Amino acid sequence: MNVVLAKTETAHAKSDIKSDILAVARDRLPGTGKVADLRRQALEAHERLGLPHRRIEDWKYTDLRVLMREVLPLAGAPDAAALKRAAAALKLHAIAGARRVVLVDGVFAPSLSETSDLGKDIGIRTLHEVLEAGDAALQAQLFSPDNSDAMVALNSAMMTDGIVIEVADNAVVPRPLHIVHIASGAAPAAMFTRSLIRIGRHASATLVESYIGAEDAKAYQVHDSLIVAIGDGARLDHVRLIEDSREAFNISSAVVTLGANAHFNTFGMNTGSLVSRYQAVIVVAGEGSRVETNGVNLLNGRQHADTTLFLDHAVPNCSSNEIFRAVLDDRGHSVFQGRIIVRPKAQKTAAKMMTRALLLSDEAEADNKPELEIFADDVTCGHGATTGALDDSLLFYLRARGLPEKEAQALLILAFVGEAIESIANDALRELASLAAQRWLAARS
Amino acid sequence: MSLLEVKNLQVRVEEREILHGLSLTVNPGEVHAIMGPNGSGKSTLSHVIAGKPGYEVTGGEILFKGEDLLEMSPDQRSAKGVFLAFQYPVEIPGVATMTFLRTALNAQRKARGESEFSTPDFLKKVRSVAASLNIPQDMLRRGVNVGFSGGEKKRNEILQMALFEPSLCILDEMDSGLDIDALRVAADGVNALRSPDRAMVVITHYQRLLNYIVPDFVHVMSKGKVVKSGGKELALELEASGYAQFEDAA
Ligand SMILES: Nc1ncnc2c1ncn2[C@@H]1O[C@H](COP(=O)(O)OP(=O)(O)O)[C@@H](O)[C@H]1O
Ligand SMILES: [Mg+2]
Repeated sequence: MNVVLAKTETAHAKSDIKSDILAVARDRLPGTGKVADLRRQALEAHERLGLPHRRIEDWKYTDLRVLMREVLPLAGAPDAAALKRAAAALKLHAIAGARRVVLVDGVFAPSLSETSDLGKDIGIRTLHEVLEAGDAALQAQLFSPDNSDAMVALNSAMMTDGIVIEVADNAVVPRPLHIVHIASGAAPAAMFTRSLIRIGRHASATLVESYIGAEDAKAYQVHDSLIVAIGDGARLDHVRLIEDSREAFNISSAVVTLGANAHFNTFGMNTGSLVSRYQAVIVVAGEGSRVETNGVNLLNGRQHADTTLFLDHAVPNCSSNEIFRAVLDDRGHSVFQGRIIVRPKAQKTAAKMMTRALLLSDEAEADNKPELEIFADDVTCGHGATTGALDDSLLFYLRARGLPEKEAQALLILAFVGEAIESIANDALRELASLAAQRWLAARS
Repeated sequence: MSLLEVKNLQVRVEEREILHGLSLTVNPGEVHAIMGPNGSGKSTLSHVIAGKPGYEVTGGEILFKGEDLLEMSPDQRSAKGVFLAFQYPVEIPGVATMTFLRTALNAQRKARGESEFSTPDFLKKVRSVAASLNIPQDMLRRGVNVGFSGGEKKRNEILQMALFEPSLCILDEMDSGLDIDALRVAADGVNALRSPDRAMVVITHYQRLLNYIVPDFVHVMSKGKVVKSGGKELALELEASGYAQFEDAA
């Protein structure tokens, strides 16, 4: 019996992605020599693993063999019509005053981007450029996420474009940098992007990532990844807003490294896409650093969103705080997996994780898996989780004051997610997240 | 036309009948007091009028301005002019009092087909009412009732009453948990809202409140019914003799 099962498993793994995909897409994938070798290794790793499934511990709740079934072919480069559809979609999501880089169907779109007056403090290049002609060290860094995760490996093999941002030492960049991923909807296809942001010592910057689809874009796949390196004494404020089409897939990974006395404030909100997974590894490698990683999932219909965070405290005197909220209607399914490791040397670590789910329907599901592995003895670590419905007595109070049912619910839901949104340090970004939540609530009523 | 007509109301909660045929008629401009021992069904009556879910009306009717109130949702009742000042106002963390007041007022106005209040007009009105009730501005910035003392919660109810200008105000145990000074401030707030086209139903266990809000009519409730009605002197009579005589009558 076991043998048969194992056999099926292997056969399955092979069928996920055509092995000749690299050959087919070769002329679209930047880089030769070493870069091409690294791609091939990554593809081999992906093919060995196949799409993640429920028996892979990390993917327990998000079985891509069931939910996604296959990786779609690489999206074609956008033509004029695609850019026009993307431009229309961008209107709602553009941030006033931000520097904007737009990726349409996974390809940098200069005509929709706004990167004037960069000055000396900040360098922006495309991934395409860097893989074609960048220095070897930077290329190596772009391939640093390891291939043990099948979807990271796939992304390494297939990354077509993305943005490489370098903020100089001591630079204070007040204007947010906004990376907008737009699916133009030409045909169901997959886009593979990878971006990198390096914040120099004692520098600070703000990065926003938005994921959206043009009006007709439906069942597309976004495969994205982000590499973040925050230097000593530096700070990055980071917001991710997933507002993809409700039939889309969004599989994103991030690897973040903090130096000493660095600060990373990150917030993610997921209101779009059918199936999404955000997996982030945050390594606190320098003493005296601080991480705040917070998120909100607002899901309905059959939406499934998985946030899997791994916080690695390797050194003493650091703190991390995770606040996560999920609001689930219909058959919405939210997954939060939060793993924190406090290594033996990481004394005086303060690590906290709090997740709460609000179920608006009997069929909604929230899975929460906290894991604390603590190997140092002088630390304060804790986690908590709650799941519940809206409080009837609060709802009645609001309705007795004239609020119709949906409006009363909306006010309570906003208050519930507000606890996480409040953690966004930047006023304008907090407003942006709040508006995204309000859009979800408005669409509900 | 009467403002409120409760006719032979029978109400069950979880299979148990709590109100056994209660009748009450309230006309515009009148202040009615409902007195009765704990558990006699006073809060149940106020909840059923406001439309709280969980109560099964098995008989009788409630007319408000001639319309069937029981057919309306709680928010529709509010927009029509029913206001219940709760015995136990809830705390709503994360919803700023100001936001709540504005959202509620505009929802009521929208339901009535009226235009939204402009922000400056709204702020001016809230500030002046709050000042008259000794409600400090910083309370308005906090979450609804969050961290408010018992007295502050009650004053917040009266603030809403003043702001929404309902035609029927039901005050459920407004005096509970208030010291004499707080009671006086709250009662002054209520008295300021007395008007020929607004009626009030003041529910209380103790006669004390009625020294400050003087009723036109007093009803004694016991075991889910009105067992005696009279003028304000009935309250004094109760003060002297207690509820025991009515327990038997019911
Ligand atoms: N939700 C409920 N479930 C069960 N019994 C209730 C509920 N609410 C009220 N009751 C019962 O109904 C009776 C009247 O209660 P209530 O209306 O609160 O009285 P009062 O306000 O006069 O003190 C009491 O016996 C009380 O126990
Ligand atoms: Mg009561």
